[in-house]
Amino acid sequence: MVSSIFNPGRNGVSDWLIQRVSAVVLGLYTLFLLAWFLFNPSPDYYAWAGLFGSFWMKAFTLLALLSIAAHAWVGLWTVATDYIKPAAVRNGFVMFIILALFVFVVWGVQVIWGV
Amino acid sequence: MSKLQVSVYRYNPESDDAPWMQDFEIDTQGRDLMVLNVLQMIKEQDSSLVYRASCREGVCGSDGMNMNGRNGLSCVTPLSQVVKNDRLVLRPLPGLPVIRDLIIDMSLFYKQYERIHPYLQNDERPPSTERLQSPEDRDKLDGLYECILCACCSTSCPSFWWNPDKFVGPAGLLQAYRFLADSRDTHTRERLAELDDPFSVFRCRGIMNCVNVCPKGLNPTRAIGKIREMLVSHTA
Repeated sequence: MVSSIFNPGRNGVSDWLIQRVSAVVLGLYTLFLLAWFLFNPSPDYYAWAGLFGSFWMKAFTLLALLSIAAHAWVGLWTVATDYIKPAAVRNGFVMFIILALFVFVVWGVQVIWGV
Repeated sequence: MSKLQVSVYRYNPESDDAPWMQDFEIDTQGRDLMVLNVLQMIKEQDSSLVYRASCREGVCGSDGMNMNGRNGLSCVTPLSQVVKNDRLVLRPLPGLPVIRDLIIDMSLFYKQYERIHPYLQNDERPPSTERLQSPEDRDKLDGLYECILCACCSTSCPSFWWNPDKFVGPAGLLQAYRFLADSRDTHTRERLAELDDPFSVFRCRGIMNCVNVCPKGLNPTRAIGKIREMLVSHTA
């Protein structure tokens, strides 16, 4: 049994599930945006505001944002444990990643709900 | 193809500062020999070369090595399968420490194998004869029990290269599933509990190098997928 501190699920099964579920959410969000661009080839301000002004789009975008954060957290923690062997450097790197993702989420929330 | 240029990895820690490649010219007389036969011919030229071999028919799993960049058993690998432009490069299996020449230290490999408890565990009272299995349950072990632990798969796996102390590796996980799938084993819960951390099973990224090199044609990636399914359904 290997202990781990900085992965979100603290356990391989939940990490694995987090990554799969977040990937599905991101896939759906991408498909939705692609479809929207198909019907709105050159969107103007009113088209954008109309899309992001609705509550369900805000909720969906927030879900996608949280999914990116979770997905990147698991993925980059995995990359770090593969390639960065000195524990101090690795933990510093992962903490930086977590902080950066936190900043992106807070900033994203401000942008999304500011519309 | 008669004169074969063979380049062999040499390293003797007692006399060499670093590993080096030694070149040999072998006359195969146009025959499609096995790589092990070529090694035996090289040994006649230079008896200081060492390698492991035993059964010379792909049963014992001793002579796993890297032949022109691909892991395999030298005794069942014909030259026609690996040689390009009359040139053959032989190296030890990658990722584990070299003891000498083509011989690697497989301690970490065996440690991971030991970790999965590779034996039947059953707490029920033993019956007066043997523990019986239905033909259907026995069929579930096909493709799992045939592993000869040659380490060709685990030493071709980058996840095992980076974390040989934490990731069980394809060979160990194939055996882990062999006992998880066995209807006579009652320790499923305990076995799964030892595998649910982020490294032991989940470090597998499914690149299937193991499937690509297995000399017995087994599929560790599929077994790892089955373990994952069991872990998810037992934990959720």
